[in-house]
Amino acid sequence: MTDLYTSQRAMRNMRRAAMQRGVIAILDVGTSKIACLILRFDGPDRLREQDGVGPMAGQSQFRVIGAATTRSRGVRFGEIAVMNETERAIRTAVQAAQKMANVRVDHVIACFSGAEPRSYGLAGELDLQDSVVTEQDVSRVLAACDVPDLGQGREVLHAQPVNFALDHRSGLGDPRGQIGHRLAVDMHLLSVDGDVVQNLLYCIKRCDLELAGLASSAYVSGVSSLVEDEQELGAACIDMGGGATGISIFMKKHMIYADSVRMGGDHVTSDISKGLQIPLATAEKIKTRHGGLYATGMDDREMIDIGGDSGDWEKDRRQISRTELIGIMRPRVEEILEEVRATLDAAGFDTLPSQQIVLTGGGSQIPGLDGIATRVLGQRVRIGRPLRVQGLPQAATGAAFASAVGLCLFAAHPQDEWWDFEIPAERYPARSLRRAVKWFKDNW
Amino acid sequence: MQSLIARRPSSRLRRDPAPSKWNYRMQRLLLTPYVRGFLRRGVPMLLLLGGITLWFSNEANRQSLVAQLTHLRDEFEARPEFRVSLARVEGASEDLAAAVRAKLALPLPMSSFDIDLDAARARIEALDAVKRADLRVRSGGVLQVLITERVPVAVWRTEAGLTLVDETGHRVAGLMARSDRPDLPLIAGEGADLATAEALDLIAAAGPLTPRIRGLVRMGERRWDLVLDRDQRVLLPANDPVQALERLLALDHAQDLMNRDILTVDLRSDHRPTLRLTPNALAEMRRAQGLETVENEL
Repeated sequence: MTDLYTSQRAMRNMRRAAMQRGVIAILDVGTSKIACLILRFDGPDRLREQDGVGPMAGQSQFRVIGAATTRSRGVRFGEIAVMNETERAIRTAVQAAQKMANVRVDHVIACFSGAEPRSYGLAGELDLQDSVVTEQDVSRVLAACDVPDLGQGREVLHAQPVNFALDHRSGLGDPRGQIGHRLAVDMHLLSVDGDVVQNLLYCIKRCDLELAGLASSAYVSGVSSLVEDEQELGAACIDMGGGATGISIFMKKHMIYADSVRMGGDHVTSDISKGLQIPLATAEKIKTRHGGLYATGMDDREMIDIGGDSGDWEKDRRQISRTELIGIMRPRVEEILEEVRATLDAAGFDTLPSQQIVLTGGGSQIPGLDGIATRVLGQRVRIGRPLRVQGLPQAATGAAFASAVGLCLFAAHPQDEWWDFEIPAERYPARSLRRAVKWFKDNW
Repeated sequence: MQSLIARRPSSRLRRDPAPSKWNYRMQRLLLTPYVRGFLRRGVPMLLLLGGITLWFSNEANRQSLVAQLTHLRDEFEARPEFRVSLARVEGASEDLAAAVRAKLALPLPMSSFDIDLDAARARIEALDAVKRADLRVRSGGVLQVLITERVPVAVWRTEAGLTLVDETGHRVAGLMARSDRPDLPLIAGEGADLATAEALDLIAAAGPLTPRIRGLVRMGERRWDLVLDRDQRVLLPANDPVQALERLLALDHAQDLMNRDILTVDLRSDHRPTLRLTPNALAEMRRAQGLETVENEL
């Protein structure tokens, strides 16, 4: 296996060490903004388990004590394009968050949206030696999955066991201790482009930070934006970011598919910029302030100053109606949604029992998006906002922070991944102590 | 007044310039708990210590500090609250009080901090007549000297003259004539003063012999001779002389021993008393026994 796969285990240990120390940073490296949240862990849950209130998946353990966001530089399509620019942007965000939290952080959990994620469904089967499923059997059945050819330079970002089956009983969450003869596992594996990950690792290392975890932003957006029953019954989360739109499909509280469309809000901005001959910054401002997707009669009369710093009176006094703006934005948004639809169809989303679609991310804040998404994606569409977590500033509660908040939840309560299980004893090096112990167990 | 530069409603993005690498590292360093603790407590403490050390490293500074402290102390000691202006001697006779005052020899008034009470007490107790002196500074600036006098219990005759001694044998005063203190018993001999207590016990035990006692003589610094009138002597043993004397008194009571013509009664051996008769009595006894003795001048 490759570098990233082996370092995942180390990252998991580092996450544990950081939680022991009590402070960990969350870094969402996006195309339009880089967000940094600093979490403080107060040890065990302060909200005790009471009647009907579960442990809340670790959400009561932490508190956001620092938050900062900065304009992203050098990131395109959710991938790092200019290394030192990105490094500076990360530094800005981390420094501001540290200043707010008044604490130094050394460990960071990062997510990114690009790197062409590809999903694979793996299956493994194993005949049990004795009829009781042990932890070693789980490890062995995971090892028995045959990994497809990921391609040149591809690495595994997530590998989560989704379903265990014992003989003819499927849908087991935790088969340990159960009795059967044949153990099978379904696993979801997400591979990404290795170079993109290496670039991100390098940038974070240049900022004197240690990486304690890595996640796909499509996945963590789904974790934060889908409510519990949607995750259980099956839903797709569309994270409309700046440079890439992430798609993740959840079923039975597991991610079963993830993909991304390399288009996002920045393309809308660039369309406006090109169409109206204005700078990108102005286009962004006009988009966020006056943007929309459904034109009405009123919009013909609403004139928007688009200006220009040329010094030419005619050029600087240009005006457009809001209808014109909508006319520029709508085709691009429709195109993005069409792409999403195609991806979902390719994933077989229409065969799922529940076809809930949740739109989140900064791009989902365009007025009228729900109407147009209903027409493209189907009837069951809603605009989602991330979960509320303790101490999150009001400015960071919007849909644009779905992946940052999801990463907080990921930090507090990560899903079991392939590398969290023990390595099967047979795979250890020959003179391993564990192998000796196993020999004793088998023979005595 | 209006600025000449038109303030256009800013359409620009908010600037958040990236910190330089060293700025970023500096901030992280300052947020490190140990560094913060050191900067908040360690650095001020080090500066303070350094300043004090620097100031003290100058000889003139040190001396001026010492001088200042000394001056303060002197000023404090010189306050009227601590001034002793009078010495009162109590418990001593007139003559002794005068002697004590002369020995005290303090240039009053002076500060109570300057009086060395232990030395003054030692000086006063060096006087023979003083058994014990208690000095204390009382309120109102009075130095109280409480004297316990030695009480003479015997007169000790030596070759140098007569001396009054107390029960421990310590000299109290000289005596011009025995007749000045006829109430006190007389002791004599070398080392007699060291056994004064024993002598007093013997005199107390003498009982009916008391009016006849002339004195006690210490023999060879180990035992007593009781000297009575008519040149009679009782030689007492070194050990348990009082018991020996009591036996003699019992003998005297039974046989009226001491009124007989006896020179000495030797009680040194506790098996038997030995008597020495006067020459007349001896000759008379022999004659009565019919023994003829040839007497010569030797």
